[in-house]
Amino acid sequence: MPEDFNLSCPRPLDRHDTIQMAHGGGGRMMQRLIDGVFVSAFAGTETRAALHDSTVLDPGGARVAFTTDTFVVNPLFFPGGDIGKLAVCGTVNDLAMSGAEPKWLSAAVVLEEGLPVASLEEIVRSMQRTAEEAGVRIVTGDTKVVDRGKGDGIFINTSGIGLVPEGIDIRPERVQSGDAVVVSGDLGRHGIAIMSVREGLEFEGALESDCDCLGDLVAAMRAVGPELHCLRDLTRGGLAAALNEIAGAAQVGVELDEASVPVAAQVAGACEMLGLDPFYVANEGRLVAIVSSEAAESLVEIMRSHPGAPQPAIIGRVCGEHAGCVELHGQLGGRRILDLLSGEQMPRIC
Amino acid sequence: MKYVDEYRDPEGARRLAESIRKLVTRPWSIMEVCGGQTHSILRFAIDEILPPEVTLIHGPGCPVCVTPIEILDKALAIAAREEVIFCSFGDMLRVPGSEKDLFTVKSEGGDVRIVYSPMDALTLARQNPDREVVFFAVGFETTAPANALAVAQAAKLGLKNFSILVSHVLVPPAIEAIMTSPNCRVQGFLAAGHVCAIMGTSQYEPLTAKFGVPIVVTGFEPIDILHGIEMCLRQLEEGRAEVENQYARSVRPEGNPIAIKQIEEVFEISSRKWRGIGEIPRSGLKLSAAYEVFDAATRFGVEQLTADEPAECIAGEVLQGHKKPHECSAFGVQCTPERPLGAPMVSSEGACAAYYRYRRHRPE
Repeated sequence: MPEDFNLSCPRPLDRHDTIQMAHGGGGRMMQRLIDGVFVSAFAGTETRAALHDSTVLDPGGARVAFTTDTFVVNPLFFPGGDIGKLAVCGTVNDLAMSGAEPKWLSAAVVLEEGLPVASLEEIVRSMQRTAEEAGVRIVTGDTKVVDRGKGDGIFINTSGIGLVPEGIDIRPERVQSGDAVVVSGDLGRHGIAIMSVREGLEFEGALESDCDCLGDLVAAMRAVGPELHCLRDLTRGGLAAALNEIAGAAQVGVELDEASVPVAAQVAGACEMLGLDPFYVANEGRLVAIVSSEAAESLVEIMRSHPGAPQPAIIGRVCGEHAGCVELHGQLGGRRILDLLSGEQMPRIC
Repeated sequence: MKYVDEYRDPEGARRLAESIRKLVTRPWSIMEVCGGQTHSILRFAIDEILPPEVTLIHGPGCPVCVTPIEILDKALAIAAREEVIFCSFGDMLRVPGSEKDLFTVKSEGGDVRIVYSPMDALTLARQNPDREVVFFAVGFETTAPANALAVAQAAKLGLKNFSILVSHVLVPPAIEAIMTSPNCRVQGFLAAGHVCAIMGTSQYEPLTAKFGVPIVVTGFEPIDILHGIEMCLRQLEEGRAEVENQYARSVRPEGNPIAIKQIEEVFEISSRKWRGIGEIPRSGLKLSAAYEVFDAATRFGVEQLTADEPAECIAGEVLQGHKKPHECSAFGVQCTPERPLGAPMVSSEGACAAYYRYRRHRPE
């Protein structure tokens, strides 16, 4: 036997810089990932309890709002946010749009083999920070791992529960002819910010996503009382999709004044160049409110003093004509439909 | 936004509309050649502020719309091949071929990618030496210089895995085809500003002389279009037929000599089939002999593939201005942006898509 022959048992690595299939295998590695990354970030009595099969919550007799949303975005980190922030804001905003106070979230992640653990930790920290700012707790969760090439780094699903305060009734069916249409800020920042990093397009000056939780803004807006008829956060499909949904659900028409709709110069410029329409570009931190015309001015006043509404504006009205249809009154005096698109907007040839 | 706001100024638009009203003494029909202009007209409802005597006819200048179905079938066949990365501008992806579109090919496993420039496709070819990268070179004179540049670069770099599927068409032969069609109603043209920014204005002189029609090179913003219409109407009312340039801030009479040289180096004039119109002699571009190794149709053996347009689609009549989109019995019924019968319903510049998107609820 040669003298330099050393017998040693190969020990498996116990620390990895990237996600391995074993992180989803139900064994010690998975336990360590959950404890080290998720529980330590979302720590709280409920989160400990969630290590059992479910968490028990006490809504205390209030009406409960419940929603769920799944988040896929490329790139995972973008100017103004990341998929973790997006996943918390998205569900918090959906709860807020029914007038609820967001309370508890679940977070289920699908991890792709090979995702750097450091990226996961950063995303989880971002989720926790955003949840804390929004006043919600992440109380239960789940982790799965898929083979490399079968995911986009990470997919996140969040479900949320909120409590609806007494006397609050915010839904499309309450929208009436004569109501005012109010938007909380300028359009299209998220979509253009994502496109600028994804497609390597460069614009003058940095453009950040508008990604933000709107729960606190809505809590302030509830002060106008029952005059606040309907809320919708602007996400995929932009303002056009949100208003078409409301017009369809309430069977009313909507008329917008193009000149009064806020769009930042950078967004307008990028849209001109790419042949996109800012009315259809995605947002992640803007809402549209339908409010009685009498309460519209005071609602805008309330919004103006809140950081969640950077540029509140009355942009149009609800009418009894052309039910289900949104019409845009152009700056030159003509009118056109603001229809739903059949799919995504496609940059044009020339 | 500078260079945009001043050309969308409501007061300026009102003044021009007023001037047009004073000018017009009888009915006139003017064709805007470019699909970009058609969309501006409908988006800003420019036709609604014109006097009733003025009829705008929407022309064939949407590159997506005039691409014949057989070129799409060739694109689909190439894109479905395992070794191919097929690159296209976004608005070609939803245009139907005989049986499917590029989105369907992508969902079936084809590697179809949206790019913003042919140079992006060239970069992909350099990054993926073991794959064949094909760029769908669609367009009028406007996109030809960049496509020519990409091919010239590929030749210089000795890239063997890059090719283009050419579907380039030219504006002047299309105007000639429209003017010689038996039931032509067009009395004046707004020529496409960006095409002329490349090619200049001299190609249009023989057309004004031959057919006695005024041609006004026009931009794309509302004020540009109203101004172009006003200039065209003034010629018509005064009995003149000349080439005039409304879009002087972008278009010089000689065009862009460097771009023209690049086109002439890589491409040569050829006859082309136009969707719904048919074959027009000397109406397009093909790769010249020195560059024909970059021709994707030959490389992948699809040059013989032919296909017929669906019979119920009247794209040809719409593209020649004989019919308005909503006069088609399939409009909004069998033919919608979700299930288009023809390209004009898909493209962001297509006349049918513009009518569907902006006017559907208000039948005229």
